Amino acid sequence: MLSMSTNNSSYNDQGGADSAVEIGQETTPTSNSGAGFGLFSTDFKKNDDLKEMLENNKESLKLEAMKRIVGLIAKGKNASELFPAVVKNVASKNIELKKLVYVYLVRYAEEQQDLALLSISTFQRALKDPNQLIRASALRVLSSIRVPIIIPIMMLAIKEAASDMSPYVRKTSAHAIQKLYSLDPDQKEHLIEVIEKLLKDKSTLVAGSVVMAFEEVCPERIDLIHKNYRKLCNLLVDVEEWGQVVIISMLTRYARTQFTSPWREDGVFDENSERAFYESDEEKTRDDTEIKPYTMDPDHRLLLRNTKPLLQSRNTAVVMSVAQLYWHLAPRNEVSIVTKSLVRLLRSHREVQYIVLQNIATMSIQRKGMFEPYMKSFYVRSTDATHIKSLKLEILTNLANEANISTILREFQTYVKSQDKQFAAGTIQAIGRCATNISEVTDTCLNGLVLLLSNRDETVVAESVVVIKKLLQAQPSQHSDIIKHMAKLLDNITVSMARASILWLIGEYCERVPKIAPDVLRKMAKSFTSEEDIVKLQTVNLAAKLYLTNSKQTKLLTQYILNLGKYDQNYDIRDRTRFIRQLIVPNEKSGALSKYARRILLAPKPAPVLESAYKDRDRYQLGTLSHTINTKASGYLELSDWPAVAPDQSVRNVEVIEPVRIHPSICTALFHFCPDSSQSSEESEKSSSQSEKSSSESDIEQKKKKKMKKPPQKKNVKPPNKDRYQSVMCKPNSWVGPGFGACVCVCDFSSCRMNLLRPHLFSRRLSVVISCVSGPAFVPEKSHNLLHRMTGKGLAAQYQFTRQPCLYQPNMVSVQISLTNTSDHRLEQIHIGERSPAGLKIHCFNTIEFLEPDASVTVSMGIDFNDSTQAANFQLCTKEDQFSVSIQPAVGDLFLAVTMTEQDFRKEQGKLQGMNECSATITVTAENTSSQPLNRRVAAMANVGVVPSGQDNVHRFAGKTACSGAVLLVTVELRESSAAVITINTEKSVMGSMLLRDLKKSLAQA
Amino acid sequence: MSHEAVRVDPDMEYLTPGVVDLEQMFWTGLGATYTHCNQVWPNLYIGDKKTALEKPGLVEMGVTHIINAAEGTWNNVSTEMIHSLFLVNPSGDIFLEKHWKSVVSRSVCDYFLEAREKALDPEDVPPVISTPHHYLISIYRDKLFFLSVIQTEVPPLFVIEFLHRVAEMIQDYFGECSETVIKDNVVMVYELLEEMLDNGFPLATESNVLKEMIRPPTILRSVVNTLTGSSNVGDKLPTGQLSTIPWRRAGVKYTNNEAYFDVVEEIDAILDRTGTTVFAEIQGVVEACVKLSGMPDLTLSFMNPRLLDDVSFHPCVRYKRWESERVLSFIPPDGNFTLMTYHVNAQNLVAIPVYVKHSINFFESGSGGRLDLTVGPKQTMGKTVEGVLVTVHMPKTVLSVSLNATQGSYTYDNATKVLVWDIGKLNPQKLPNLRGSLSLQTGAPKPEENPSLNIDLKIQQLAISGLKVNRLDMFGEKYKPFKGVKYITKAGKFQVRM
Repeated sequence: MLSMSTNNSSYNDQGGADSAVEIGQETTPTSNSGAGFGLFSTDFKKNDDLKEMLENNKESLKLEAMKRIVGLIAKGKNASELFPAVVKNVASKNIELKKLVYVYLVRYAEEQQDLALLSISTFQRALKDPNQLIRASALRVLSSIRVPIIIPIMMLAIKEAASDMSPYVRKTSAHAIQKLYSLDPDQKEHLIEVIEKLLKDKSTLVAGSVVMAFEEVCPERIDLIHKNYRKLCNLLVDVEEWGQVVIISMLTRYARTQFTSPWREDGVFDENSERAFYESDEEKTRDDTEIKPYTMDPDHRLLLRNTKPLLQSRNTAVVMSVAQLYWHLAPRNEVSIVTKSLVRLLRSHREVQYIVLQNIATMSIQRKGMFEPYMKSFYVRSTDATHIKSLKLEILTNLANEANISTILREFQTYVKSQDKQFAAGTIQAIGRCATNISEVTDTCLNGLVLLLSNRDETVVAESVVVIKKLLQAQPSQHSDIIKHMAKLLDNITVSMARASILWLIGEYCERVPKIAPDVLRKMAKSFTSEEDIVKLQTVNLAAKLYLTNSKQTKLLTQYILNLGKYDQNYDIRDRTRFIRQLIVPNEKSGALSKYARRILLAPKPAPVLESAYKDRDRYQLGTLSHTINTKASGYLELSDWPAVAPDQSVRNVEVIEPVRIHPSICTALFHFCPDSSQSSEESEKSSSQSEKSSSESDIEQKKKKKMKKPPQKKNVKPPNKDRYQSVMCKPNSWVGPGFGACVCVCDFSSCRMNLLRPHLFSRRLSVVISCVSGPAFVPEKSHNLLHRMTGKGLAAQYQFTRQPCLYQPNMVSVQISLTNTSDHRLEQIHIGERSPAGLKIHCFNTIEFLEPDASVTVSMGIDFNDSTQAANFQLCTKEDQFSVSIQPAVGDLFLAVTMTEQDFRKEQGKLQGMNECSATITVTAENTSSQPLNRRVAAMANVGVVPSGQDNVHRFAGKTACSGAVLLVTVELRESSAAVITINTEKSVMGSMLLRDLKKSLAQA
Repeated sequence: MSHEAVRVDPDMEYLTPGVVDLEQMFWTGLGATYTHCNQVWPNLYIGDKKTALEKPGLVEMGVTHIINAAEGTWNNVSTEMIHSLFLVNPSGDIFLEKHWKSVVSRSVCDYFLEAREKALDPEDVPPVISTPHHYLISIYRDKLFFLSVIQTEVPPLFVIEFLHRVAEMIQDYFGECSETVIKDNVVMVYELLEEMLDNGFPLATESNVLKEMIRPPTILRSVVNTLTGSSNVGDKLPTGQLSTIPWRRAGVKYTNNEAYFDVVEEIDAILDRTGTTVFAEIQGVVEACVKLSGMPDLTLSFMNPRLLDDVSFHPCVRYKRWESERVLSFIPPDGNFTLMTYHVNAQNLVAIPVYVKHSINFFESGSGGRLDLTVGPKQTMGKTVEGVLVTVHMPKTVLSVSLNATQGSYTYDNATKVLVWDIGKLNPQKLPNLRGSLSLQTGAPKPEENPSLNIDLKIQQLAISGLKVNRLDMFGEKYKPFKGVKYITKAGKFQVRM
């Protein structure tokens, strides 16, 4: 509950404001209790003029106010009190103002859910805007408003946007999927359907975002990837950089579940093993008797081949992700191609270096050879940051071998002299590690470390002592000199860890230095009380060991030390002393153990293993956050082990689409085709203007283009479920030298016809229950008068059918009412009063506390018309007055648009024959004979969805009644000489005939 | 909890339900309807997040304090890569915050500020810090920390790269990336951030696309805007996002069509005390400034592309073409961009343009020392070495210096112990020299270690690797552009150990 704690902290921010002012100012419409809780107050002095500015009619003032508000948000100040004033501007025409309002809404909608609902209808309208940017931003904001009640609307909007003709909008819908999922995980199944659809998208703009959504929502549904695997591999190089990172990491996981391991025990890999297929029979039989040779799946190879160019990306995250892909997927002998690129990243920013070095550290443990040629790139500069230095040291230590150790040790000598003492200490440890790993240099290192013991810096000396201790433990026999030397050092060294180490060393090897050891104990007994705890413990240890080996000389000393320890302040030391006394001093109580005291204390101890801190980091996938922090981060997806037997390869096969080959040298920038030339959308205009721009194209190309334009048009006639056409988009990256096949992109044009041919996500389900309500194809702008300002004593009201499914109850029709105060005084408590007929079900809007003069507010309500055009009468009340108003629905507004396939349409139509059918022949005007104007006219008249039709002259529409959900089917068949037959099938025959009458009028009109 | 219902308070009628009753309620759903908030004791409520967030409602109920008793991370479903961004100045103040989803309290930054305080130098702050519920990934750039809050697994480089892009974008828009500039343009920075990231995933990071949506400020435009009341937000579509060339905006028009390329090479080197090269390599970058109308398609070829050992490209460069023909073929973005970076084969001997004769001694007595530095040209291919700057990080105990420079001037910062000697142009006839005495802290022992020395320099009209551009061709447009190539060699991380 982080957001909660946030509030707490923001309360505190403003908590100090003087409460006297607040009580007077507590007039925001949402908080009607006058109690001045200091806890919830904000700095009202500042915000008050902001509110006035926002309610002003001047755009510039509003803009100024919004800028200041965004400034407040940026500083982390609370501006939530202004919500009602801000939300009114959501429909502003000024784009900048609108953007700022969006910023505000996204920030505060969660806290003011009810008020946030006021803005929803604006977004719903914007989702239908012809401008793709507006559609996209509406979807972005709508999906960012974390208000659970609008989940169905979000779902609908996502589905619609997923088949938008603009790839940018589709990209936005992929982002929205994740947002909706985090708001309501129960929507998972529906969202997966959308993801599945978007995964098929051929646009490079969409690919990254949808894979991101896939990773977040359903990473376990690896089956969704199969059919898209090859496409993703081929698109990869043209996807935008951020998408590349996500796709590569997903494909890494995918490949580890689908292909067999390319890592053979012997480490030799035959690149041309595909050849085995053609080998002679006798060779084959030989193979059969031996281990089956490894053959790399061509898809596995495809992935490796297509990611390799990305090593040259300027984006460090992309390079790293390719590097980890090779590390986890490539045959051993190919991994090293990533080295150069990783080393290149070391030239980048400090933070990048840090991450890359960490990964190299892990890699270099397993594969020294990969980085050894670049050893010098890891030399430390005095200007490096501390953590960079220690990582470089780590890598150099990992890379050390017999051949290069002398170079590395020489380099280390420079580091030991560094001004950064922490780093110098790290270097000494590194020397220690080199000494244990490479036996040839152990002596050299040890001597070098002993020299360091006379260093002036204490940290260096202390670290040396600790490392020497570890080294001596490995081979103490030859080094009694060093132990003696260290015993002498005890007088000068003050670092406790070093002192403790020396004491331990002398105790452990006391028999090698029989004369010195008791003397050291004597000195320690003198200074015992002033020592650090860790030194005291080791002194007790030393005493015990000497007592066992040389009790004659040390018995008294030991008893003295044990007595001191008995009364020490530290309980650890008291405990240890008691334990040691019982163990070594024989008495009647000490049982069996003291017999074994010698064996316990002076047991041969295994030498410590000095190893890298990055030793087992490779349990995490490289390049991940988990790898960096060396713990499993939340949301980390484990990389699975290679399967022993590869799963079925054929799952990745897709129907072969015949590629159109173009000679690379003749294609320039890009061609973009729109399949529907009749569609007068701006997209097609744009693409044509774009192709004009590529003016360099020769005439031949122009001809070629025309040729290529044809097939889509032809195919247009075919049944809609096959309407997936090809177009050729030559992307700059795929433009390659001769001999390289041109990259062919296949665009899913079914998705290009936004509103007209809606895809059929649910078509199969639909035949069972018609439940799939789609958004309206057309929202009439026309609003009707509900209350005139003269009759309403200054209160004016207008209503409009939004044609959206009603939020509150599915069988209601949603109506949007905008109320304006045209009087000169404030109108209070606007609400709905009595209604007639008595049984009329209305979902009222929340009472509007007040409406300032010249202010207006838009509210939405739901009315259950019970599938009749009978008007809904009710009273609109203010504090003082009551006005009887009525809402008269047109028959077309009582329906909800439904998406359906042609097949389902026919099936439904078959069920609704006889008296359920009514038809009429009319003469249509010339302009209504083409499909688009006709569709628009029908959609304007009734809220019905277009059913994709295979015939040019037959247009079908489907809808259902809002209340009972009865199916409504409209067929318009164009005949010769501008005659047309309109057929309506529905069991609500009254509504059917009313609609028929309206349609007749509308289509015959000019 | 008892099995049966118990009367807890003898004065009240309420029976606290026992386990059996609760189970019954739980399975049947009877007896208790789900509400967002229940009063469980006089003036004590248990509610959910919705209740806690609705301040008006809380005020109405008379709630004064909230205790968060929720378990786990927020909602347990977090799907965004980058959750929030905080900008922190060197003194540890957060001066801008942006949340792409629910708000994360700025108290989360405390973990970072703690680490910041521990570190001696801002550069030493670890880029990744993990806290109980979040991960903090930060970059330090232009004296500012860009701190992002992460909740779930994400490649750290992804975040780091993005943060650097943000910084670059601010630099690009406002000319510099500093606290003052960001504070002055906070609204525009906010709008930029809004466009750059959606739900924690980068949306538009290409400068060409962003500039179409949000126009960068110019003096002229801000004057016009104040007069006419128009805004900086573009009301047109960003066409770039819709083409397959996301980095180039459409409809570019110039009266003078020009394309300039700067080949900048940097020498990274470590020289040991005798002047021998321990390590040296050349890193190059081709910076382009292309102002060409329409959709030009450019091809840039080198005389000696074999020199290039490792390359990385702007996304506009067609990689396959480079692979097969070793030419750079691309449709350029409009304006300034980095076309490629490259690394010159380390096997080739790197020419070191300067040498340094140095001696530094500290007297055994421990009261002072002497410094003597001479810089001279070495392998300069007949060009003049300019902008020579020597930086020495002195041992901590050096209190002050008293030196005499034959050329240029020097400064010594006692706080950071950095000696900077600005030489300027190197004259081969009269080598610049800096000598004099150093005074140490009294009583301090003789410094064990010698300082290291960093050199900065510049050579115009020379690419030290010998790389040469062969030709630049343009296809796709009819006009004749003006073309220019410039070469510069600089010192990168050029260090001399003393």
